[in-house]
Amino acid sequence: MSYQDTNPRNEWPLWEIFIRGQHGMSHRHVGSLHAPDAEMAIKNARDVYTRRNEGVSIWVVEAEKITASSPSDKGPMYEPSQSKVYRHPTFFDIPDDVGAM
Amino acid sequence: MGDHLFEFLLRQGDNTLILSHRISEWCGHAPIIEEDIALANIALDLLGQTQMWLGLAAEVEGAGRSADDLAMLRDAWDFRNAILVERPNGDFGQTMMRQFLFDAYHVELLNRLANSTDERIAAIAAKSLKEVEYHFERSATTVIALGDGSEESHARMQAALDDQWTFAGELFETDAGDHALNDAGIAPLPSELRAGFNTRAIAVLGDATLNIPETTFAHSGGRSGKRHSEHLGHLLTQMQWLQRAYPGATW
Repeated sequence: MSYQDTNPRNEWPLWEIFIRGQHGMSHRHVGSLHAPDAEMAIKNARDVYTRRNEGVSIWVVEAEKITASSPSDKGPMYEPSQSKVYRHPTFFDIPDDVGAM
Repeated sequence: MGDHLFEFLLRQGDNTLILSHRISEWCGHAPIIEEDIALANIALDLLGQTQMWLGLAAEVEGAGRSADDLAMLRDAWDFRNAILVERPNGDFGQTMMRQFLFDAYHVELLNRLANSTDERIAAIAAKSLKEVEYHFERSATTVIALGDGSEESHARMQAALDDQWTFAGELFETDAGDHALNDAGIAPLPSELRAGFNTRAIAVLGDATLNIPETTFAHSGGRSGKRHSEHLGHLLTQMQWLQRAYPGATW
């Protein structure tokens, strides 16, 4: 099935853009844009999101390939962890030399 | 040599200035916002390069003129850009084809200028090359996508190529001044860049399923300033009107 058949509005697919600001950091979601394919999505991301020297690496993911949790499942998904303070590793003394963790 | 060098620098700066202005005309009008931003970026890259080329031209001329004076206060007959870059944008496909043809030439040129014996020229070329390699990547990808796309986009790209191929020929025109600069190791002969340009054109236009016109005719008159097309005057009217109407205005 061609792209035209699955996309009656005849728009390019939406891509989610992730940029790594500097070496050692992780990629962060910065926004989304339209592009006909992955290669053009990278080029468009370069022009839309890195023109002020924001990045050293770009990831693009087709938005429809992302599976997201449902906001209506918020209760069962997240609330049970709220009352379990012992899961946080805050009871250890961390030497100052270690710096930010 | 000074005259030849000044002429050479004007040719570089005028090509980037006029093409920059043409591309900037798409701002707010491109088919999608991503292309709009990309085109504006390329226009700004070229404008930055113009500042360097015309800045050096003004310095070489030594007549007290600045890069701004050269850009905003010369009339059509003093411009030295190739006719290709002053031609109207046409549809998006025509703009992309013109961009591709210029980028393919530009990459070849800057690659050679990066080794110029004139360190100022080598430095400008090295800085510009990084930008222009991306311009080429982008325009080549788009030309392939549209050429090898739908029936309509293919037909439009073939028409754009047929229309513009003979204007690209002027980029390789070589005169006595070019020979003088080449002898001094300052710049390559434009005619020497043709082979590299052809290799790029054949590869990309082949992938785009487009046929290169079988003609050796080339338009002429822009880089010598002797016979620009009617379009340059209209472009300058738009580009220069503020400095013409309010001389010396700054902000």
